[in-house]
Amino acid sequence: MSLTDFIDALTGRMTLEALPFWKMVQNPTPENIVNGAIATGVAAILVLAAIAVLALLTYFRLWRTVWFDWLTTVDHKKIGIMYIVLSFVMMLRGVVEANFMRANQAVGFDGGFLSADHFGELFTTHGTIMIFFVAMPFLSGVINYVLPLQIGARDMSFPVTNAIGLALTASGAMLVMASLLFLPFSIGGWTGYPPFTGKEYSPDVGPNYWIWAVTLSGLGTTLTGINVACTVYKKRCPGMDFWKMPMFVWASVTTAILMIFALPPLTVATAMLALDRYLDFHFFTTDAGGIPMLYANLFWLFGHPEVYILVLPAFGVWSEVFATFSGKTLYAYRTLVWATLSIAVISFLVWVHHFFTMGQSAGMNAVFGIATMLVGVPTGVKIYDWLLTMYRGRVRITTPMVYALGFVMLFVIGGASGILLANPTIDYQVHNSVFLVAHFHNMVIPGTLFGMLGAYSFWFPKAFGFMLDDWWGKLGASLWIVGFMLAFFPLYAVGLLGLPRRSVAYSEAAYTPYTVVAMLGALVVLAALGAMFWQLYVSIRNRDALNVYAGDPWDGRTLEWSISSPPPVYNFAVGPEVFARDAFWEEKRAGHAYQIPDQWEDIELPANSWLAPILFFSSFTLTFGLVWHMWWLVILSLLVVVGALVARSFVIDRERTIPADVVREEHLRWLKAVREAPSAPRELEVAPGNWGRPQSEAGVPE
Amino acid sequence: MSQARHPGLKLGHEHDPGSGEVEALVFGFWIFMMSDLLIFGCVFATYVVMLPQVADGPSAAELFHLRGPLIETTLLLASSVTIGFALLETKHRADKRRTTLWLAVTFLLGAGFLFSSTHSLLGHLENGAGPSRSAFLSAYWLLVPLHALHVAIGCLWIAVAAAQVRIRGFDWVTTGGLLRLSIYWHFLDIVWIGILSVVYLGAMI
Repeated sequence: MSLTDFIDALTGRMTLEALPFWKMVQNPTPENIVNGAIATGVAAILVLAAIAVLALLTYFRLWRTVWFDWLTTVDHKKIGIMYIVLSFVMMLRGVVEANFMRANQAVGFDGGFLSADHFGELFTTHGTIMIFFVAMPFLSGVINYVLPLQIGARDMSFPVTNAIGLALTASGAMLVMASLLFLPFSIGGWTGYPPFTGKEYSPDVGPNYWIWAVTLSGLGTTLTGINVACTVYKKRCPGMDFWKMPMFVWASVTTAILMIFALPPLTVATAMLALDRYLDFHFFTTDAGGIPMLYANLFWLFGHPEVYILVLPAFGVWSEVFATFSGKTLYAYRTLVWATLSIAVISFLVWVHHFFTMGQSAGMNAVFGIATMLVGVPTGVKIYDWLLTMYRGRVRITTPMVYALGFVMLFVIGGASGILLANPTIDYQVHNSVFLVAHFHNMVIPGTLFGMLGAYSFWFPKAFGFMLDDWWGKLGASLWIVGFMLAFFPLYAVGLLGLPRRSVAYSEAAYTPYTVVAMLGALVVLAALGAMFWQLYVSIRNRDALNVYAGDPWDGRTLEWSISSPPPVYNFAVGPEVFARDAFWEEKRAGHAYQIPDQWEDIELPANSWLAPILFFSSFTLTFGLVWHMWWLVILSLLVVVGALVARSFVIDRERTIPADVVREEHLRWLKAVREAPSAPRELEVAPGNWGRPQSEAGVPE
Repeated sequence: MSQARHPGLKLGHEHDPGSGEVEALVFGFWIFMMSDLLIFGCVFATYVVMLPQVADGPSAAELFHLRGPLIETTLLLASSVTIGFALLETKHRADKRRTTLWLAVTFLLGAGFLFSSTHSLLGHLENGAGPSRSAFLSAYWLLVPLHALHVAIGCLWIAVAAAQVRIRGFDWVTTGGLLRLSIYWHFLDIVWIGILSVVYLGAMI
């Protein structure tokens, strides 16, 4: 074997052209220079940020902490936090990409400043990242953190599997990040439709990145779904029957069921696309009998339930937020449960509405159009239930409530535009225009994202033991709401005027005012993100004044507020038993909260595991090798994956014990702090001086 | 919550701390199997949709004969019986030697299945009926090798489980593992019956 053969085998299909600046250096036309400079700048920021993180970890000697407290942990709380950190990092990239796209379209009359390919990469990565690496990790993180606490459990059913789910999701995110350094990413959109993404029309490696990133995320999500469902079925504390589960738990388990049923079609679709590209199969090709429509069906068989995977956890969050900040029990709890389950069932019966125009009969379209409109019924029921939860309650406007009110107002508008699109005859007119872009952003931003940001504001004090600064929080929430409206309401109008989605340029001068306003909206959203990061900084700086160690800053209703903030690693010193739906609220009402347990027991917890970090690195190298056809790396990584799984099955000691004395001492110290904490009236809820011990309104008749 | 236990496997004493965990593990594994079944469901649907898409290549009726599939069916069904024996030995005798013996027999039957399956796949390849020939053959080459891949993983798992029984004996980790292994192995049987019916018997009609 000659040296060049060896290097070819080593680098696969990667050449110097993969570097973001190469095209600009080789062929310095103005367009190449602009696009190359942007790509190189972003890649440089990524590299510098990575170096800075590594340097800081080394400087502060944090590697032991990182490895033992975070990377190898199987604690559901830390895994939840890592999911959310991942989500915020990816969100930053997604929002910046959105700003580039809006800026390009604002000057897009007869051509913007981005090349068509660069624009294509931007809308593809933006969509892929926002769905799979922002929304999904965020909701997985919130479920991970909150759900075991709400059902009175010490951890999920399968803690190591839980860590592996995070590892796979994170390595998928890392693969998308790697595409900034080694270009190109796919330009086929977040849905990756063949035949365009097949090897005939996209011979470069771009779609490979998309396939493997989405596949990793899908596998991780499947594991999360199985874990959440099993946890809810098997780990609820004594007394918590199904009708006593908090609404967020119902939402989570329904989401988990959707994950289990909806992700397999995605895995099959991406696997088939990969076989087409790598091994010359003919599933979705235009020749040899391939059927590209089969991909559309499989993808949306996943994709539509996915929409509800995204929004149902947020519905769960709203149910907690509205009840808590209205000081009332949730209105029509059972109706909400049935509405949630109905949405889950209907979500599998509507997938064809994503391609009304792609050739089925009018009768078929009518069936799916009607099914789609049906979704509006249980969703409408929910909206009314939340409004009636507030009715005659003592509503407190905190940061989570600002998000919640913004959600109710905007989500109804988005839902109404969805009912319009559900009508196939209207869909024929506006499909593939930015009207559609406005519609789905109108569902996903106020629905999912506000829900997750509301959850972040709501449960942050639980996770870290201090409140988030309310003023900056409200500013951030308001900027999100205003920014969203500025960015997307113009798209409804310009969509009706005919601007196609994913346009790098257009030739109709009348579009420009709308795209300029939309760009301003994107800048406001960027400012909202800035306000949120500043809020975090301010809150960490003032953490002593914002301390809520006593654990109940919001006069909460469910079990997670009945323990310290942050919770001990074992969650509950003594396993709780519940007698009511709003378990902690009823305890407070009856005056039974904060009792000293009679007995203390050793607590066994699952020990740390190195399996997840190994799978994180090896699944990244595996998929990176697959993207670039570096077969040696693929084989090596596969051996590591299989070897690690087999070796792990021989590890014997998987438990660590926390002695009863330690539990007792920690718990008594906390109870002492609770008794000493001055109890805050609700008017001081968001001010320093809320020490997490409310003057509860539980005794006040509702 | 529920006090249900899984019949058919002795999990030690009633107060064995592991029995609750095994229950959750087995339950979670059933859910996993369900999701895997959905994967096969999508692949079966693809196969049926692709049946007419032969693109002037060989069709199912021209390509498939029953001899190989019947041998494979016999081997795989027999292996389901033998893994059942392995579990019965575990339950009633807790005899390491007998359990691993039956696992070894199961492994050999699984390997025989893989040998026969690979043999017929290579035959198709030599006859120009590879996955690139037509969309129908692509679907065939997804469905049957996907099942074979599952069998191969199952064989690896059998080897690991046997080693664990040898090393650790019958604690709740190994017996719980055997229980899940047998669920997995029977699942592969059911999928194979689907393949036999839809792919091979279907081609005879």
